[in-house]
Amino acid sequence: MGTRGSALLIRISGLFRRAGTRNILDAIDLEIRPGEIFTLIGPSGSGKTSLLRIIDLLDNPTAGKIFFDGTDTAATNQIRLSIRRRMAMVFQKPSVLNTTVAGNVAFGLKFRGVEKIEIGTRVREALDIVGLSHLSDRRAVTLSGGEMQRVAIARALVTRPELLILDEPTANLDPVNTEMIENLIRRIHQHFHTTIILSTHDMIQGQRLADRIAVIMGGRIVQVGSIQDIFYHPQNKDIARFVGIDTIVKGIVESNDGGHAKISVGTAVFEVITSSKPGTPVSLFIRPEEVTLAVKDGDLPKTSVRNQLAGTIIKMVPFGPFIRVTIDFGFPLTSLVTRRSSDELSLGVGMAVIAGVKATAIHVIPDSE
Amino acid sequence: MSTITSGISQAIHLIVTLNPDVMQIAALSLYVSLIATILAACMSIPLGAFIHFHDFAGKRVLIVLIQTLYSVPTVVVGLVIYLLISRSGPLGFFGLLWTPEGMILGQTVLIVPITTGLVISALGSIDKNISDTLVSLGATGFQKVVQIIKEARYAILSTVVLAFGRAISEVGVAMMIGGNILGQTRVLTTTIALQTGLGDFGFSIALGIILLVISLIVVVIMNLITAGLSFDSQWVLGGPRS
Repeated sequence: MGTRGSALLIRISGLFRRAGTRNILDAIDLEIRPGEIFTLIGPSGSGKTSLLRIIDLLDNPTAGKIFFDGTDTAATNQIRLSIRRRMAMVFQKPSVLNTTVAGNVAFGLKFRGVEKIEIGTRVREALDIVGLSHLSDRRAVTLSGGEMQRVAIARALVTRPELLILDEPTANLDPVNTEMIENLIRRIHQHFHTTIILSTHDMIQGQRLADRIAVIMGGRIVQVGSIQDIFYHPQNKDIARFVGIDTIVKGIVESNDGGHAKISVGTAVFEVITSSKPGTPVSLFIRPEEVTLAVKDGDLPKTSVRNQLAGTIIKMVPFGPFIRVTIDFGFPLTSLVTRRSSDELSLGVGMAVIAGVKATAIHVIPDSE
Repeated sequence: MSTITSGISQAIHLIVTLNPDVMQIAALSLYVSLIATILAACMSIPLGAFIHFHDFAGKRVLIVLIQTLYSVPTVVVGLVIYLLISRSGPLGFFGLLWTPEGMILGQTVLIVPITTGLVISALGSIDKNISDTLVSLGATGFQKVVQIIKEARYAILSTVVLAFGRAISEVGVAMMIGGNILGQTRVLTTTIALQTGLGDFGFSIALGIILLVISLIVVVIMNLITAGLSFDSQWVLGGPRS
């Protein structure tokens, strides 16, 4: 799986795809490094599938360039076929052909003219990796959704692609199958060092799997970065909302002492770390899991938590093993607490509580609006 | 009433004793219609695939035209082929008029629109995702087409069986091109038409029963093929149900 001296496996520049007057993909620039798991996250209809299909050379861009391992993909059918044969794609809705499971996995090798005996060996290997060896002779159309998706992964894997493209591989699966597929993707990556591009609308999944993440919204790549960058330093409010930041409040920088700033939000004052100058209008992004709650009794507890605010619980919504608690301080602030701690503190709507947020847990961006 | 009962008993006698005339007529019917069906299938699968996989101006119109020809009257096909292959026609030098080969030609022309049209819809019914999957797996254009035809095999096969049913049951082409010559071009349908006119009901009923049995076999085969589309094919065919 050499990359022939090219530092990038995929380079996309100025890519557009238009349908009528609408830009499905809008000025995409993207670089995929060999060996990484690159995750494309964005809401449904943001252009993830369109972009992945263009990368797999199934569709053509309206404008712009894609280079695969340094080669321009706007080339003859022969060259495009040879590039396409160095990658493999798993589609969101797995489709199998009406033959056996093993027959399905063999297609890529048959198309490449691999010897029959070798096809047999490699198909067995691939089915083994996805844990479907025992279903090898079953008619593929009789499989469950999760099994079909594993067949699709085996079918992609068996050709030993340099790039594996996975379009929302778990979108239609239950949690058990989702976990199985995620583990499989991780194992494939460790084993074969395959470069993987994965799309998802599930930002938690993106967080679990990715080396780097690109956020795509309305056909544009709005931010590319590490998990840390995207989840804790989103570049705008839309991204922030998408990555699960519930609390976005506007404030004004009151003072700034070498990066330690005080920002007023209504009547409350937050201590934050930012370079924004006094007088600047800013937005504060606060992740709900960074907000701790304590019951108000007497003096405020002394902790390293710089921001302590007294407020009243106005809403409690169960969220899996957690509860999202919304507290009113003149503005709403959301905290994610475990059911256990909620029970211990016997939280309830109308209760007065102290919310704590570390100065370092608040992300500040200058307000553009 | 007695004509019918005596006709039926005579028919049963003719069939049970494997009357040579009846058998010869049935065999020729099967031969002509089978060959016509095979020829039509050999033409229609590539032709239908070509139309399905290419985009060209007038494609919709062409498909509508083909579908219109599904129900072309057999006598119209008979007339056209007659004009083409009669001694003075443009294809007269082949000497196909009043021969089984001429009848094969006529029946092929009759059923090619059906097989072509239904091959096009069979291919069209294959999910677009299958095509994308094949391309993504590295299929060349040709490999993709072959695989999609294979994927549509059950639908295509039932099309072929249907076309055979139309060929063996038609009378217009067989009569006008074959001429119902005893021992040469006399087939089931033309014999029934002739013998009924002559009042020989027993013979007609015997051939009618044979035609119905052939239709029954066609329907059974169709059902088996359709079952092949579902998961239970092996079970229907008596094999294991895994």
